[in-house]
Amino acid sequence: MMMRLILSCALALTALTAQAEIDIQEVESPGGFKAWLVEEPSIPFVALELRFKGGGSLDLPGKRGATNLMVGLLEEGAGEMSARDFAAARESIAARIGYDLGDDSVRISATFLTETQDEAVELLRASLVEPRFDADAIERVRRQVLSSVRSDATDPNEIVSAAFDRMVFGDHPYGSSLDGTLESVAALSREDLVTAHRNAIAQDRVYVAAAGDISAEELGALMDRLLSDLPETGASMPERVEVETEAGVTVVPFETPQSVAIFGHEGLPRDHPDFFTAYVLNEMLGAGGFESRLMDEVREKRGLTYGVYSYLVPKDHAELYLGRVASANDRIAEAIEVIRAEWRKMAEEGATQEELEAAKTYLTGAYPLRFDGNRPIARILVGMQMDDLSPDYVTTRNAQIEAVTLEDVKRVAGELLKPDALHFVVVGQPEGLESTLGQ
Amino acid sequence: MLRLGVLLGLAMSVAVPVRAETPDPVTTFSLDNGMEVVVIEDHRAPAVVHMVWYKAGAADEQPGASGVAHFLEHLLFKGTDTLEPGEFSATVAANGGTDNAFTSYDQTAYFQRVAADRLGLMMQMEADRMLNIRLGPDDILTERDVIIEERNQRVENDPAALFREQTRAALYLNHPYGTPVIGWKHEMEALDLDDALSFYRTHYAPNNAVLVVAGDVTPEEVRRLAEEHYAPLPPNPALGERVRPQEPVQMAERRLSFRDPRVAQPYVIRSYLAPERDSGAQEKAAALTLLAEVLGGGQTSVMTQKLQFETQKAVYTSAFYSGVSLDDTSFGLVIVPAPGVTLEEAEAAMDATLAEFLETGVDPEQLERIKFQIRAQQIYGRDDAGSLARRYGRALTEGLTVEDVQAWPEILDAVTGEDIIAAAREVFDRDRSVTGYLMNTETAEVTQ
Repeated sequence: MMMRLILSCALALTALTAQAEIDIQEVESPGGFKAWLVEEPSIPFVALELRFKGGGSLDLPGKRGATNLMVGLLEEGAGEMSARDFAAARESIAARIGYDLGDDSVRISATFLTETQDEAVELLRASLVEPRFDADAIERVRRQVLSSVRSDATDPNEIVSAAFDRMVFGDHPYGSSLDGTLESVAALSREDLVTAHRNAIAQDRVYVAAAGDISAEELGALMDRLLSDLPETGASMPERVEVETEAGVTVVPFETPQSVAIFGHEGLPRDHPDFFTAYVLNEMLGAGGFESRLMDEVREKRGLTYGVYSYLVPKDHAELYLGRVASANDRIAEAIEVIRAEWRKMAEEGATQEELEAAKTYLTGAYPLRFDGNRPIARILVGMQMDDLSPDYVTTRNAQIEAVTLEDVKRVAGELLKPDALHFVVVGQPEGLESTLGQ
Repeated sequence: MLRLGVLLGLAMSVAVPVRAETPDPVTTFSLDNGMEVVVIEDHRAPAVVHMVWYKAGAADEQPGASGVAHFLEHLLFKGTDTLEPGEFSATVAANGGTDNAFTSYDQTAYFQRVAADRLGLMMQMEADRMLNIRLGPDDILTERDVIIEERNQRVENDPAALFREQTRAALYLNHPYGTPVIGWKHEMEALDLDDALSFYRTHYAPNNAVLVVAGDVTPEEVRRLAEEHYAPLPPNPALGERVRPQEPVQMAERRLSFRDPRVAQPYVIRSYLAPERDSGAQEKAAALTLLAEVLGGGQTSVMTQKLQFETQKAVYTSAFYSGVSLDDTSFGLVIVPAPGVTLEEAEAAMDATLAEFLETGVDPEQLERIKFQIRAQQIYGRDDAGSLARRYGRALTEGLTVEDVQAWPEILDAVTGEDIIAAAREVFDRDRSVTGYLMNTETAEVTQ
């Protein structure tokens, strides 16, 4: 079998003065499937990551939760195997296969021993290509999903996410939980699951990365075996949605001692030329380290919370800039006031040179430390492909961080941070806070 | 399987992976001041994990000062004679690293992940705060607010967490394991500087600490740096044995019902007092570890098959046991009833399943699958040096030795079906158990 190696680039990751090399190969299989590979034969196992773009947002109107229930059933019987047979087969070769769903992708993570690689691939293939969706399995997993949906309805962390998403995204799939509702999940039929499977698990949207004890040739053959029998195309992607928020507060009353809040507004796409600057900016504002302004002002100086964070959320069809905080009901109003002030201050004044240098040293120093095992490497590689990056990103990324100037930060802070659009959704019994009008 | 483990807040305790050890490049030695050192080599990435573990945790607190071990852990980031408050973490970050700490019943650990050539700096700072913290009254008050918000977030806002606290308090009649690590709220609110410093001076010393370094280092390099930074620290000559109040003979089953309007999914938890892994005597704990796997470890386990697949009385079941503990630990069972099944019916179905299992014995094929997974874990485990570091650090602060850790996979492999049944018969004694019902305020006792 012929293998075509498009490119092999050896990249030296410099962790300050320490060195490690990571050699990313771009692989194309005889059948035309592409993957990125880091061969690391010292431990006899393989970490394999698959992503199918689209994910929970491909649910058809009225079928919310179909993709989620479908993904939950992939390991519940496939081909000739019942759910129990499948589980027993997987245990007997000590393969680990995780099936997970996000708004924008189905995520499958597998680790298997070199010695049982063929059997693991057959199991994985069966679950992707020939899931059975047996009636008893559907009912069993449906009950688990319904239990989860019921529990989320009284969990302040889930309530606050749901309320924020609904406010921002409305009827777009991003506006509701990908688990579905009690009603929508109860109404899903086997046919809905078959449709969801055909829509979400297809060749035209798959991304593959592997790290570990596997050659490019073997990975090519693996992909052909795994993916050749999938439909060539799946469902079209959901539409873009614009994010509009107003400064203010939405209180969702819920009897619990600590209020939980999400705050945010429009964000920045991953491929925006200012994304790196925004990323560095967020490190200084609220990425969660004790050095960030939000952590320093809200936790370290005032003791108002255990944690406060902000983060860029570049989804495939919308962008948000979000944050989270939780404080006792009688202290959340003060926490929100401090966060608002910091948001405005950074927007108006930008950061200091000292903060910028500290953020850069942290971000550039921490980056190589991420590549610390086959499993994390495979995850990083598949993520880079989904973000449409090239393999040499791992060598250029730190230089792009270094290139961010204080003037860039000030300009992007002024554009990205919108104190006049910063909206807080608060779940709890917050004292001194009331919902503002409009949202 | 869906995300019910997380949903129930049991992810940490339910997913008891079968821990197994590798013939890894692990080197151990001690400094003259009594500090133990473990080095785990992994040269694939230019990084190290540097951890200092103290043999002191929440179960070593004085009565009435619950939460002080964890409070002190927070305060160790507040500065020393030479480091300003916050400077420790800022320095780690400025060197491209991350740092954190955690407190458990039997240990407190501080760790950083950095580029390998920054190890000396980490040791210098960690050695400094082992003996030289400087705290002001303001640090105390602000940080006490932070830990109270931490308790709010982890416990007060989560009825399942409140329920676990109550269950645990009922399981331990005398041992401090019945008190939450984060502390009872009313005692946390009264913690002061003296409480924190008293715990610090009693327990923080090189002869009560274990240094674990994992990653791109050699034992020679670690020894050289440890001699430079940790060896000069004076040991605490007054350090005593770790003796806690032990459990009396337990003679009465305990049952409790916890009601909270925030509970959407009621369930039943049963906890039995159970023996822990002891140095040189890990066989019983090994049998219990496998018992948890046989009963609740995955889709082909006994409880899952019987209660989720066959009788469909449950939407979720689990069994959990963690043998790494200084004193008596617990063996737990969970059943989340299916719609229309009451908690009583669910509990009865679970007990019937256990009774049937004790009669039928262990399915040899299932046991073989579990053992193969344990052997595989020795391969998978080598991918994560940080995880290995935590395993050794934890074991060495729980009275186990490096030899015990390395013997564990073989001891697990030698367990027979008969051993598992014998361990089950011994542990499943209702007089040494707590059965808890987590319910909504509206949940009737008999219908759900």
